[in-house]
Amino acid sequence: MREMKNIHTAQVLRERAVQFLIYVAVLLISAVFIWILADLARGGIAHLSWEFLTESPRDAGRAGGIASILVSTLLILLVALLTAVPVAWTSAILLVEFVPADSPFGKTVRFSLHVLAGVPSIVFGLFGNAFFCIYLGLGFSILSGGLTLACMLLPILTSTAEAGLRAVPHAYRMSASALGMTHTAALVHLILPAAAPVLAAGLLLGIGRALAETAALLFTSGYVERMPDSLLDSGRALALHIFDLSMNVPGGDMPAYASALVLAGLLLCINITAMKFAHGLQRRKIMT
Amino acid sequence: MNSNQHTGKPDAFTLGPLEEGPACCDPQPVVQVRNLSLLYDGKIALDKVTLDIYKGCITALIGPSGCGKTSFLSAINRLTDLIPGCRVTGEIRVNNRDIHHPDTHVQRLRRQVGMVFQKPTPFPLSIRRNLSLPLNEHGISNKTEVAAITGQVLRDVGLWDEVHDRLDASALSLSGGQQQRLCIARALALKPQILLMDEPCSALDPLASGVVEDLIRRLRGRYTIVIVTHNLAQARRIANYAAFFWVSGRAGQLIEFGRCQHIFESPSHELTAAYINGVRG
Repeated sequence: MREMKNIHTAQVLRERAVQFLIYVAVLLISAVFIWILADLARGGIAHLSWEFLTESPRDAGRAGGIASILVSTLLILLVALLTAVPVAWTSAILLVEFVPADSPFGKTVRFSLHVLAGVPSIVFGLFGNAFFCIYLGLGFSILSGGLTLACMLLPILTSTAEAGLRAVPHAYRMSASALGMTHTAALVHLILPAAAPVLAAGLLLGIGRALAETAALLFTSGYVERMPDSLLDSGRALALHIFDLSMNVPGGDMPAYASALVLAGLLLCINITAMKFAHGLQRRKIMT
Repeated sequence: MNSNQHTGKPDAFTLGPLEEGPACCDPQPVVQVRNLSLLYDGKIALDKVTLDIYKGCITALIGPSGCGKTSFLSAINRLTDLIPGCRVTGEIRVNNRDIHHPDTHVQRLRRQVGMVFQKPTPFPLSIRRNLSLPLNEHGISNKTEVAAITGQVLRDVGLWDEVHDRLDASALSLSGGQQQRLCIARALALKPQILLMDEPCSALDPLASGVVEDLIRRLRGRYTIVIVTHNLAQARRIANYAAFFWVSGRAGQLIEFGRCQHIFESPSHELTAAYINGVRG
């Protein structure tokens, strides 16, 4: 009887300990996030103004704003996404829907993606410089930077999309086929909408990574802070601007903080919008 | 009490009263299976099955788990094509046409041979869209026509009174039994000639199971039904013909096929007798 009671107490203690550890871990993560945001806000909010967002930088970024930087960043992002997303998602569809999971082809593609995902971004930068800037003659340009980023995003976009498509219940495919629907119809009407939230999450991860990228852009899109006239102009990305201000520009701390705050805010907004969008898409699919 | 008597609406079921299948004394084969073998990754799962399925009748496939009943079922609408490593040999003729012939349009075949799965598989769409999507895919997109078919099949499966005021709600909000009836309605909407059912009641609670069973009984005579069931009492209640499968080694085999009454009351094979008396299986 006593033994039983002891075992019971031990179990309760163990449960409590596990719960405690889990809570501590969650608190730690939230604390790090809040700390970073608070630090950015503390350092940057005083410098932040409407002018900061709408004026181009002057005096190496110590004065003026970040308008041209924002435009360059968004253009680089746009080029990267427009190139990477179609390639990544169609590859994922091919891997999941048309190639047996254990075929040599599928294995090879998946292996290359894993390797690609592990390559440090500076290597992508060097590759981008050699291939896009020099070999293709695009020079230091937003186009070179965007295309280099696209190469970096391919593994992350493809693997998230693949995971999302695989998570769609096989029963949908079977029922659709049993109803005489073609594979394409099942894909368009059932599988892709069901995978949409995961696709959106992958897109977010990609955007986050692209916005934060510095090393790969240093050698490809360059760091000219002027407002770009075309995609073939060099343009400085926001993350690169922060890096330059805090490392190379004495007295650039305040604008660096403010730029970092803008970057964090941008990421937050993109996150929230994409979540809302994915949710809305799912709802709309159910409603029609 | 029939609720329609109060509302004065026409009879909810367009299928009409229970009718005995017309063809069971004069059997006309609509599916002819000859020497059908099924292999998964080179291992034989179903060994040389020869069987006729008769028009307008319910044929029950009974036997222990793993004896190839479901494989047999999915071979008839070539859903086996979707299973990696699955190979089918032998001949299946539906309406006297070889379904493995290169000219066979597999989407058309599956429209003709509908299927209902063990677990209800509504799409994560609205109730209405669940029915209209396959119709659209088969070229029926006239709104009035789709609405008419939707209403008719939902009445046929007895779901109309339960869902007519929330057709735009998600099909996933329905109960298990309702979901299964929706899946049957979805299959019926394509006006199939043959309906394959893979243990359609086994994932449902007894009440819902009873409702679906009544529905299947009402479909007899209008559709040719092949149903896999582990519920022998159910097979006995609804089927005109029964096929008993058994597994020897790894391979499933057809042991005996005949009138349901004959299989249950005077089986000619001792394995059948042992199985239906609960001695083996």
